[in-house]
Amino acid sequence: MDITRHLISKEKLSSLIGKCMEDGKKVYAPVKKNNLVNFAFISSFQEITNDYINTVQSAKPVLFPKAEKLMEIKMSKDNIELKSRDKNLISETIVYGSRPCDATGINILNKMFTAGITDQLFAERFAKTTLISVSCKKCDSKCFCTSMGINPGNTDGSDILLTEVENGNYLVEIMTDKGQKIISSYQSYFDKAPDINKDKYLVDVPVAFELKGFDEKIKDAFDSPIWLEQSMRCIGCGSCAYACPTCACFDIQDSFNGQEGQRKRNWDSCGFSMFTLHSSGHNPREVQSKRWRQRILHKFQYMPEQFQLFGCTGCGRCSRSCPTDMNIKEHLINLIKNI
Amino acid sequence: MRVDKIIEEAPFIKTFHLKFIDEEQGNKFTFKTGQFAEYSAFGEGESTFCIASSPTTTDHIECTFRYAGKVTTALAMKAEGDIIGFRGPYGNCFPIHEWKGKNLLFVAGGIALPPMRSVIQNCLGFRDDYKKITILYGAKTADDLVYKDELRNWEERTDIDLITTVDPGRETPAWKGKVGFVPKILQDIEPSAENTVAIVCGPPIMIKYSFAVLDKLGFDDKNVYTTLENRMKCGFGKCGRCNVGKIFVCKDGPVFTYKQLKELPMEY
Repeated sequence: MDITRHLISKEKLSSLIGKCMEDGKKVYAPVKKNNLVNFAFISSFQEITNDYINTVQSAKPVLFPKAEKLMEIKMSKDNIELKSRDKNLISETIVYGSRPCDATGINILNKMFTAGITDQLFAERFAKTTLISVSCKKCDSKCFCTSMGINPGNTDGSDILLTEVENGNYLVEIMTDKGQKIISSYQSYFDKAPDINKDKYLVDVPVAFELKGFDEKIKDAFDSPIWLEQSMRCIGCGSCAYACPTCACFDIQDSFNGQEGQRKRNWDSCGFSMFTLHSSGHNPREVQSKRWRQRILHKFQYMPEQFQLFGCTGCGRCSRSCPTDMNIKEHLINLIKNI
Repeated sequence: MRVDKIIEEAPFIKTFHLKFIDEEQGNKFTFKTGQFAEYSAFGEGESTFCIASSPTTTDHIECTFRYAGKVTTALAMKAEGDIIGFRGPYGNCFPIHEWKGKNLLFVAGGIALPPMRSVIQNCLGFRDDYKKITILYGAKTADDLVYKDELRNWEERTDIDLITTVDPGRETPAWKGKVGFVPKILQDIEPSAENTVAIVCGPPIMIKYSFAVLDKLGFDDKNVYTTLENRMKCGFGKCGRCNVGKIFVCKDGPVFTYKQLKELPMEY
């Protein structure tokens, strides 16, 4: 579908989101709490904050929750009853305020979860979610989206992209049928788009490194001492994986209260020390440097080999969340220089 | 599945014979040799084991496991008649039809005999399709050998050459087999690489040294197979745990040739 454009004023945008909620849609948007900005379900447009470069956590939990029920289990003396999960996982949901890097991240998640066998839980949530992203007027030193081939006004992965232009108005770009459905259902809120170049309303994110060919060059780096040097400070806390819009490793566990319980899937991370531990005691990645190497190689070599895309959007969340100041952008610059 | 029979193979190692509770499901169930499944102790979780019986055994399936942690211990505490969960079959299989007319050399260590036993039994079910069958199997001590009845049976057969071994220093006066680590015994028996397929399974270090021996004996790395037993969870390439290089052990394996393994980082 070709990108179509409209214009919406801030007031009408507020009313539009309000009307969507009135019509039964759930809205997941950035909210400021205790000085941190994170996505949360809102009940009024006024709860949404503009005061963020990027949220701490991506919008990933709405499509791939931290803990998700797979089935219910009831045990009795001679029988075990299994009850399948709910079929209606979520209502129609709007994710508002995601950044272009988040939208690319969701594209990547979609590719991973539907390759080969389709992950039904993800697919059902994805089908019911509309992404209204907002382009970036600011960035910080941790951002590197332009090094990953996208930019602060990128439309890939969003259903609608808003860019704040003059007088508190937003340029509205619609990329998909899902986005078009919002416009068609609420036509009166939108005006005709002016003929403007949106680039001048976007922040300039300097390119930090050359990505082209990186997935090929990095194949020579497996035995490099650089992994140990870079990961000396890593404590394997998994914050990077949890904040990342594209990380999707999970564990499956039974959670019981007496004879009844659930089988759930929970977020996991290749950075945890027991991730690959065999019960024999053998661990293929027994030191943190090997686990750090896996994180980078998975995103920058293996995923290009499997899915023809990099598993990173340059959002910088991992660097911002890391308690020991690991900085993926710096590490990648370093890697490219030294291999 | 209902636990139909329990066999105590060795210290901390049990075999379960399992039957589908839903008979119709059981009748429809098929799998190929080399595939694995996720076995549940409901309330505790799931564990990954190969299917240790051959696809030619149709009235039940078998799994053999060492109990070491939360889930395997919960499974080990089940009694005959108890219910456990089964999710599978997953993974690829040994291409036994490609091996017709060849000699087969099976090399296994300890708890790694179960995945091999499925393929050995499958091949024995079509014995005339294959030429010489040699089985080299070793464990730490004689007590640690699994499938002791089966081993006796294989020993008595004239159409199988069975060599068993225990670790140096761990033999008892009653032990009649060889003494030495599996790769060393493999070197001693000097199997011919001519028209032979080798299937190796064991702890990573045993695999590494056995591969080196087979290499020296002139085996083509396309004709040497193994099955990797990485930590797995979902079984079909989504949870990420068994990712090695660009493959998932659960989905693209667990059966690999030595040639394929050489293209992967040594993270298994």
